[in-house]
Amino acid sequence: MKKMNEYLIAGFGGQGILFAGKLLGNIGLIDNKEVTWFPSYGPAMRGGTCNCSVCISDSLIGSPVVDSPDVLIAMNGPSYDKFINAVKKGGKAFIDNSLVDSKYDGSDIDCFYIPATRLAAENDLKGMANIIVLGKVIKETGLATLETVKAALEVSVPAGKANLIELNMKAIEIGMAN
Amino acid sequence: MPNFTRPKSLVDVPNHYCPGCTHGIIHRIIAEVIDEMGIDGQTIGVCPVGCSVLAYNYFSCDMIQASHGRSPAVATGVKRAKPDRFVFTYQGDGDLAAIGTAEIIHAAARGENITAIFVNNTTYGMTGGQMAPTTLPGQKTQTTPFGRNTAVEGFPIRVCELMSQLDGVALAERVAVIDPKTIMGAKKAIRKAFEIQKNKQGFSIVEILSNCPTNWGMTPLESLERIKTEMMPYYPLGVYKEGSIR
Amino acid sequence: MERSLMKGNEALAEAAIRAGCKCYFGYPITPQNEIGAYMSNTLPKLGGVFVQAESEIGAINMIYGCAATGTRCMTSSSSPGMSLKTEGISYLVGADLPCVIVNIQRGGPGLGSIQPSQADYWQTTRALGHGDMRMPVFAPYSVQEMVDMTSKAFDIAEEFRTPVMVLADGLLGQMMEPVSFPDSGTTGSSSPTWATDGHDNKRKKNIVNSLFLEPIELENVIKERFDRYEKIKEKHCEAAYENTEDADIIIAAYGSTARITQTAAEMARAEGIKVGTFRPITVYPFPEKQLQAACKNAKKVLVVEMSMGQMVDDVKLALDCKIPVEFYGRSGGFVPGPQEVLEKIRGMM
Repeated sequence: MKKMNEYLIAGFGGQGILFAGKLLGNIGLIDNKEVTWFPSYGPAMRGGTCNCSVCISDSLIGSPVVDSPDVLIAMNGPSYDKFINAVKKGGKAFIDNSLVDSKYDGSDIDCFYIPATRLAAENDLKGMANIIVLGKVIKETGLATLETVKAALEVSVPAGKANLIELNMKAIEIGMAN
Repeated sequence: MPNFTRPKSLVDVPNHYCPGCTHGIIHRIIAEVIDEMGIDGQTIGVCPVGCSVLAYNYFSCDMIQASHGRSPAVATGVKRAKPDRFVFTYQGDGDLAAIGTAEIIHAAARGENITAIFVNNTTYGMTGGQMAPTTLPGQKTQTTPFGRNTAVEGFPIRVCELMSQLDGVALAERVAVIDPKTIMGAKKAIRKAFEIQKNKQGFSIVEILSNCPTNWGMTPLESLERIKTEMMPYYPLGVYKEGSIR
Repeated sequence: MERSLMKGNEALAEAAIRAGCKCYFGYPITPQNEIGAYMSNTLPKLGGVFVQAESEIGAINMIYGCAATGTRCMTSSSSPGMSLKTEGISYLVGADLPCVIVNIQRGGPGLGSIQPSQADYWQTTRALGHGDMRMPVFAPYSVQEMVDMTSKAFDIAEEFRTPVMVLADGLLGQMMEPVSFPDSGTTGSSSPTWATDGHDNKRKKNIVNSLFLEPIELENVIKERFDRYEKIKEKHCEAAYENTEDADIIIAAYGSTARITQTAAEMARAEGIKVGTFRPITVYPFPEKQLQAACKNAKKVLVVEMSMGQMVDDVKLALDCKIPVEFYGRSGGFVPGPQEVLEKIRGMM
């Protein structure tokens, strides 16, 4: 069967959930993979819970909706509660433990805890906890090289906000170091 | 002395309007204005659903037949695609002030550079004389057989007064076509509206108090008298708004 | 060709502009708002027109006026908005005006939901307006097809003087996928002979009209139009099918659901169940012949839709009840997963 990785990124609206997904998608695109990105849409855009599904695959992707991810990024408590049991056996979960108090006690998945929101505040990278977690994902999964990440940032960051690329790279590096 | 002839902008075909109906006069003065401005080839008319549904056969410019009430939206589409053309709608009271209220209000509010010719005869003529949004209090129609009771059927809409409140409107004028003097006045208002369009000054509407001898159950002369004695007091003639919006 | 990651709605809007769409008229409704947003940002810079209408009714009638001038134009909406547009669509058909109409479907009836759905199939293929009428409908299943089919829709609309619909759903509209933009073909003739764009005293006057009071006149007009539908059937009826030759079960699905059934079919094959897939690309005209060819060795057909079962009617009609047809669907905004479809397939064995 073809190789496909399914990601689910979840948190509050405003945490950059959709952007983190887009960055992930562009990483896949630069690696010449098939990619889909699908957001929760509607009222969730306005400060409620928010999630997005990203699939990266060698061939055509069927459903872009991810119900049981290989990789979960949980950026707040409600998202952790909602999705932690959906992660595939042998999958990975990345949890911002500055906002999530719970700890997973099973052994069927690998859980990585990173205080991304706190790290972002300490490093003057407010609003970039999403990217810090993504840095951690990249380190633990070997998803992409730093060059690929940088190239993906260049197409993900809106034109006119190019100054954010460097800050995002800094956030990635902090994530990789923690 | 010059002969009284058909304006070039009217096609030489018999029309279907009832004897004594003022649609013929209104068509004629629009055509005269188009002739005088020499814009026959640059004009696109949009006709409504109602008695004037077949007006596309009568004007010699390009014509579009629209669905009921929507001609201001249709005219918007034409004008936006062809901003240098003259675009007019020709609408009755049911078309403009009932089913098409949203379209006329918003075309006006957007300041669409088009002209609406609004023929108000206080009834739905084509369908047999039902109550219209402009039917007067007490007026008997097919659907107000005991006279329009404002406690039940509500009140008539004064369109020019309403339109004059919108910032996109460059001209809102009410005229009549009951005698040579008012007909000349009506033609002048239509000319003014087309000039406003030419100068891209905003939305223009000319409301024309009109008759319906057939459904009013009157002779043509009686019907013109009714316009004077019953309609004009409720719908006073005059300019309600004038001046470029830009 | 360079690929970029783009939302279905935005890619569709860009494709329309590249296909020569000069004017867009629309009204906000989820989940298609990115189309209007993209158009409002892009079209005016290119000398085109964006108008946010007062209603869906206003928007479709602006299309009617704009199309009457021979200008390439498009409107888009989602299910409840399509209901409002139906009057105008009937007039567009009745007056033989070309344009492109996009429906990014959501759940219904009523206000329904804003989640993906395919519950407007009947409306789209049967009753998109009053009167004896049809209209060609493309059903893309990827963001790339949203691009390719939008471009094609403009050409077919113009060639056959008819509105053409692109029927997608919230899933395709909202998802991002890599997409590339081919150099577009035609971008429309500048002034068709029938257009009401002002005759400049150089030709006879044109009339755009759908009223024909003489029965014989109207019947002739309609018959001529149905002859055109037959030509569209011959030339533009499209379908895609895979692994059908040895298949015991054929899964028929269109649009985004066809992606899911493709995965389900792969899963079934891995278990040794011989499954093939069939995907109508045009849902009107429905690819009857292609379906018959795809099903010639099949024992059963499974239709999967994001609805309670609508296209299943067309499948049964096309197969003339010669092969048993089963149905699996989700409604209310649920996107069926490949696993559920696989379970249904197992149950059919």
